[in-house]
Amino acid sequence: MQRRTLLHGAFGAAVAVTTGAALASAAGSSGRAEARSTLTLIAPAAPGGGWDGFAREAQQVLRGASIVNNVQVVNIPGAGGTIGLSQFVGQTGSEDTLLVTGGVMVGAIALDEGDTTLADVVPIARLADDFAALVVPADSEIQDLDGFLAAWKENPRGTSIGGGSLGSIDHLMSGRLAQLAGIDPKDLNYIAYSGGGEALNSLLSHTTTAGSSGYNELSDQIEAGTLRALAISSPERLDGIDVPTFTELGVDIAMSNWRGLVAAPGITEEARAEFTAIITEMRESDEWKDTLQRNDWTDSFLTGDDFAQYIADETEQARGIVSDLGL
Amino acid sequence: MEQIPLLLDGFASALTPYNLLFVLIGAVLGTAVGVLPGLGSSMAVALLLPITFALDPTAAFIMFAGVYFGGLFGDSTAGILLNTPGQSSAIASTFEGHRMARNGRAAVALATAAIGAFIGGLISTTIVVFFSPVLVTMATEFGPAEYFALAVFAFLAISSVVSESVLRGIGALLLGVALALVGIDGPSGTERYSFGIPNLFDGIDIVVVTVGLLALGEVLHAASRIHRDPSSITLPTGGIARIGKQDFSKALPAWLRGSAFGAPFGMIPAGGAEVPTFLAYGTEKRLADRRQDPEFGKSGSIKGLAAPEAAANATAGTALGTLLALGLPTSATAAILLAAFQQYGMQPGPLLFQRSGELVWTLLASLFIGLVVLLLLNMLLAPVWARLLFIPQHYLYAGITVLAMLGVYATSSSYVDLYLLVGLGVLGFLMRRFGMPLAPLMIGVILGPLAETELRRALAVSEGDPSILVSSPITIGVYIVLVGIVVVSVVQHLRHAREDRRQQAA
Repeated sequence: MQRRTLLHGAFGAAVAVTTGAALASAAGSSGRAEARSTLTLIAPAAPGGGWDGFAREAQQVLRGASIVNNVQVVNIPGAGGTIGLSQFVGQTGSEDTLLVTGGVMVGAIALDEGDTTLADVVPIARLADDFAALVVPADSEIQDLDGFLAAWKENPRGTSIGGGSLGSIDHLMSGRLAQLAGIDPKDLNYIAYSGGGEALNSLLSHTTTAGSSGYNELSDQIEAGTLRALAISSPERLDGIDVPTFTELGVDIAMSNWRGLVAAPGITEEARAEFTAIITEMRESDEWKDTLQRNDWTDSFLTGDDFAQYIADETEQARGIVSDLGL
Repeated sequence: MEQIPLLLDGFASALTPYNLLFVLIGAVLGTAVGVLPGLGSSMAVALLLPITFALDPTAAFIMFAGVYFGGLFGDSTAGILLNTPGQSSAIASTFEGHRMARNGRAAVALATAAIGAFIGGLISTTIVVFFSPVLVTMATEFGPAEYFALAVFAFLAISSVVSESVLRGIGALLLGVALALVGIDGPSGTERYSFGIPNLFDGIDIVVVTVGLLALGEVLHAASRIHRDPSSITLPTGGIARIGKQDFSKALPAWLRGSAFGAPFGMIPAGGAEVPTFLAYGTEKRLADRRQDPEFGKSGSIKGLAAPEAAANATAGTALGTLLALGLPTSATAAILLAAFQQYGMQPGPLLFQRSGELVWTLLASLFIGLVVLLLLNMLLAPVWARLLFIPQHYLYAGITVLAMLGVYATSSSYVDLYLLVGLGVLGFLMRRFGMPLAPLMIGVILGPLAETELRRALAVSEGDPSILVSSPITIGVYIVLVGIVVVSVVQHLRHAREDRRQQAA
């Protein structure tokens, strides 16, 4: 009899874990609640991915600083975030839901030529920037960006660049660099990896000539002397980072792996203003400052029409690069 | 040997009641998600991530490490008892493990799996403690040509042993490769076999394939035969989890061989724990053939279960080592752990040991503690799990179906995945019904994309020059071993054929 109880207990626990997991991931309640009482953040990525981390950081701050009573994160992963985007566009007028977005989605939209774009949603705010760095292994003959460009022009196909998946900022940056250096973008020998770690390994194993990845993922390797940074994609030098920007080296590249939030189409002006107020309050909280610092994100707060214009510019640039790359 | 005092310091800070509590929580949770089909340790870690914001990093990572190892301890349970492995890392353990269970040795099988997981984890964690700098240099020796050589090696080494009929084996393998082709092609961005359905752009998740084909397929198969084989309704369970001296000494060499396969594979991003488990299983099968072991493939060989279990957990230890020392995530769970480190403002890599040395050594010490906890937990739980077999089949399989569906839906919140799951379940049923082996299909799904991507990367880097494939000592070594294996098996095959003919003539 006791064994049976134990067994039932084990099964009960098992069911509880599954149900809990399912609820945590699938809880997407709609309802007409005010955004201040219940807010749903859609992370268009799998749990553990970049946007998921961003959504959960925002969830913590919104809750911790008592800005919103109840914040839920829902994951809709797939295809560079475009699956999440197209489902979100279907939730017309939803005034208690925001979608996490960023540079990767812009690239993914440019690549897959789908019907849904970021023009279909209402921009709320850009919150953080993360910049990519172009690096070579420390024992490479290439010393600086000029050296890299010279080697590249001499042998475009033989100079390979490793980085994140197609459409990522690493890929777009490499394409833009080719455009500006006068190299036919179709000759770009870009080796796509599924993550920064793998791209890093391709450099350390001397598979690729150069690599591009988020600066934060590379900073330790640069500091430890296993990699040499040639340039960083930020518009200006960053505090405490001794790496030249592309612009100061005479190459007009300023790109960022930005992260922001957008709202569903068809919401009222009041709802939009309310979302902006909530996110502004979050950005000004001490908790958010901690979050930025912990994740090494650069604060790049931008709202309203300026943010909409920024998305439009980014989209246009990504489309230009993708079509030049012949994809 | 500067590592020993550092490790002892680690033990000192890990052995607080607070940290031990998190080791225990992680171990229990990991075992639970491992047992349930469709839920894996990577998902458990991902879902726990936000909860751990409030914890200090040491407690959080200790819990994650417990979940990681726990998942690999628990994953073989359902496979052994019910032939429905919950994770792809347990497929190889299922073959002989389930045979043992059917022959009334369920508790011994579960104990073998638990001890195997313990030994594998212990060996690989010890390697990490003493040799992590060496591991790092080894991992950076591997470029695309080396990965491709390994994939080819694994293809041939595994598929020749897991199937009785060559034609059916190759058919199933190709089916697996075809399934793996679905989705957007990484190197070129081209859509393949996605029929314009956005949910297929990222391909079919390995979890969906494993659960659909193996778990749901088995459920349908059992359902189709429920009134036909009364014998399968009651399985004797064979008492409590105790493993006899004789069994232990039989399994010990297999545990060690399995760990030897698993440990090196943990260091390289070659698909996680599956490949070494199949290689370990294949080796045991070859050895059994040579010794004419009567148990293997019939009543269930303890060695055929021990080796893959040890291999699976051995990958987890070295995967954590590679993550800590190089920042290279070599499995899905390690990739999420990398995100966890970054959320705490730490970057795994060459400087982690200097900057956060205390955390790293506490984490390593807690891995050892976690392994002991998991061993005890699983040995105690083994008889409880084995009693699952006393539940009437219709309730049991209905429960598995519900859990499988829930698990898959929870990963992606996508209906398309559920349709795929049912479709693959029917495919798995048909393959069982018509005697098609399932293992080659899984190998195709796992190794196909690896071989393809790495081959194309190698050729892209070399600008189409195929000589890059044999341009390093590692690749040449792998191909030489491969040719050796092929020659030996052809010779063996011919000799067997001649003997058969002689026997027929006589």
